[in-house]
Amino acid sequence: MKVAETSPGFAFEKAPEAEGWNRPPVIEPDGEGELLEVSMGPHHPSTHGVFRMDVALDGERVIRLKPVFGYLHRNHEQIAETTSYLSMMPYTDRLDYFCSLSNNWAYALAVEKLVGQAVPERAEYIRVILAELTRVQNHASAIGFLIQEMGASGTPLMYAFKEREKILDLFESLTGSRMMCNYMRFGGCRVDTSAAWLEATRKVVAGLPHFIDEYEALLSENEILMARCQGVGVLKPELAVNAGITGPMLRASGVNYDIRRVDHYGIYDRFKFRVPLGEHGDIYDRYMVRVLEMRESIKILEQALKEIPSGPVMDAKAKIRGFRPKPGEAYGRIEAPKGELGFYLISDGGNGPYRFRVRPPSLINLTVLEDMCLGHNVADVVLIFGSVDIVLGEVDR
Amino acid sequence: MKTVEQIKAAIEAAVPGAGVTIVTNPSPSAQHSLLLNPSQAIAVANFLREDEELALDFLSNVTGVDYLDKEVAEKVKVTKQVAKTVDGVEQTIEETVEETRKHLEPGHLEAVYHLFSMRKKHGPVVLRMRTVNRTDKVELPSFTPIWRSAEFQEREIFDLYGIVFAGHPDLRRLLMWPEFKDHPMRKDYVEPDDFEYEPTAHDSVMARAKSHEAAGEQASLSSAEAAR
Amino acid sequence: MAVDKELKIELGKQGVFVTTIEELYNWGRRSSIWPMQFGLACCAIEMIATTMARYDLARFGAEVFRPSPRQADLMIISGTVTKKMAPQVVRLYNQMAEPRYVIAMGACAISGGPFKQGYNVLKGIDRYIPVDVHIPGCPPRPEALLQAFMTLQKKIDGQSLTGENRPRHLNADAPGEFPVPVQGEHDLEPPANHLVWPLPVKQGTGNCVQGSEKQ
Repeated sequence: MKVAETSPGFAFEKAPEAEGWNRPPVIEPDGEGELLEVSMGPHHPSTHGVFRMDVALDGERVIRLKPVFGYLHRNHEQIAETTSYLSMMPYTDRLDYFCSLSNNWAYALAVEKLVGQAVPERAEYIRVILAELTRVQNHASAIGFLIQEMGASGTPLMYAFKEREKILDLFESLTGSRMMCNYMRFGGCRVDTSAAWLEATRKVVAGLPHFIDEYEALLSENEILMARCQGVGVLKPELAVNAGITGPMLRASGVNYDIRRVDHYGIYDRFKFRVPLGEHGDIYDRYMVRVLEMRESIKILEQALKEIPSGPVMDAKAKIRGFRPKPGEAYGRIEAPKGELGFYLISDGGNGPYRFRVRPPSLINLTVLEDMCLGHNVADVVLIFGSVDIVLGEVDR
Repeated sequence: MKTVEQIKAAIEAAVPGAGVTIVTNPSPSAQHSLLLNPSQAIAVANFLREDEELALDFLSNVTGVDYLDKEVAEKVKVTKQVAKTVDGVEQTIEETVEETRKHLEPGHLEAVYHLFSMRKKHGPVVLRMRTVNRTDKVELPSFTPIWRSAEFQEREIFDLYGIVFAGHPDLRRLLMWPEFKDHPMRKDYVEPDDFEYEPTAHDSVMARAKSHEAAGEQASLSSAEAAR
Repeated sequence: MAVDKELKIELGKQGVFVTTIEELYNWGRRSSIWPMQFGLACCAIEMIATTMARYDLARFGAEVFRPSPRQADLMIISGTVTKKMAPQVVRLYNQMAEPRYVIAMGACAISGGPFKQGYNVLKGIDRYIPVDVHIPGCPPRPEALLQAFMTLQKKIDGQSLTGENRPRHLNADAPGEFPVPVQGEHDLEPPANHLVWPLPVKQGTGNCVQGSEKQ
């Protein structure tokens, strides 16, 4: 495992010249029998929700795989065009329902770009704390689900959810809701944190390294996990860049690209943290990158909790009533736990967006699912799919 | 990073006759975009990806926008010959008068692309392409062969907006079922009439509920008969 | 024909256990409701949280999530049912063996919830299949799901095995299969199953349409 401070990662050699190099390869069946067409999903115990894959099998080998989307297409973008900017905030919670607070942040960031709104110091710190807590609980659950799909029924997931409940308690006491937090506003945050909340957060954060140690002792060197993950579902960095893969999956392929580092949105330039990079781009690297990212998130949390200043949490100039941005457009993005989450807004001067677009990391990370699965056994498909870490609410929107 | 003007100049130097126009964005985000000519778009896109200085290797976001036909009212200053009596003498004087002129601006569909560079770590560069109209000439070139990340997003635009991407390797509906005929994200899409019970119905919901009352009586009568 | 409660307690003290077939049967049914492993959206995460250590659904005999509808007794509609997914939900319900129950978890499953105005969102699953317990919330807390379980258990406990109101699986005339909607060119066809979800009838002269009792 490399860390970004010592290695630049993937060197960006020139992309291959050959026509169609970024298409999935065509695999010829070698058996004599017929191909078996399997429709995995939309009700399937290990598809993370209502997702379907049309798989063609030659014996156990995957010859073709076509994902089918839309079973949770809830029309966020259409609803946004009929409502106001602020009333879209609760809908963003329901995009990636594991990470409602990072979704809030991405949307608030896009609107702040659209109207040129500043955010007070304390609110920025609260946003960082909440986003990093979200990242920890998302990665812990993602690993739990991945191992569940390997056949470890329940145990790692129970560990993850035990920790997740502690973090959700913090969210609930601050925002009033466990999952659908609806906390951030354009120009700050909805309510201020109390000293007691910060103290409780420090306590939870202090317990996190122990949790990760325990988790890693259970999993990282597990023989079954290594046998099933190493060398399976390899994603080449050239293809990862070309296919727009972002988040832990991109970094597991060795590409040093973390939007927290690139855009310095919020106040991320103040914190010291490293960007873990994988070397092989297989499932094991994706697992490992997530574990290391949790550790880096704890570092950010410790620094943010130490330095958090006092002050207002809403910008005094922020307009709440009669919020009508001038005509124009903006694209704002953050490093959500699953990858680049962007919001693209077009305003026509009305009180709601003319066009509201979510750039979903989960959907775009699935672009290369077929490339990764081809040639592997059908049992590995479930595992490769789990290592992408998707949430259907965001894939279909 | 280069400004939009510099990028435009670089494109025009590399691709002769590219026909790039700058669309300014008046909002504080100042993310100006480049409107491409669809016939030259593939060459321009290839240049943007391969150019050493720009190196836009990462196509992040692809989306569609629908603009309906709209009537635009413009105030135009017109110079007219007006007959007037000045100091008791009739004269023709030239006078500038403001007139409101209306004309119909044809609607179009638009595809918007947000490009970043992973190698150089800069961005975004925003590209736009427009179709001729909203009905039959809705074809745009596909960027999927150049950036694979456009694959699903262009399929989504085809599904929800109805832009046909020429050169896309697998252009099917992404989100709605294959039998579906409409393009639901278009601004003039009308949802199928669907009865909705609301305890405090008003306005359009109320009107819709009333129209279903008769059907409700019919259906409950027949279901009562079926139960008997 | 119930045994006198006082007498039952008295006999219990003497080591004699008296019950009726009905009570025993219902006790058995309500103590082993196996839900189907079936998640739709956000509420599914709260459903998973309910099965985890802190809330522990196993206390209600319902921790065994079955991936196959053939082995499941309970379908928890946990999340938004879209028009693309609705035929599959009805088909899965048809594949479940009687006795079977449905919990509509969350605002979306009840009525479409916040996504009601979406073009691809079904405005409540009870348009196609009968629902036993509705839980409001977006998403409902795990405690609310436990409450729904207890409500369902009470409902099962209260069922008599004979007579007019006997449960569906003991009634040979009750419908066993529900028609699966077809995805048409513009909408699902039909948009609702009126035998399960009768259209409201105008009552009195009130200017709002009254919903009739759902089955």
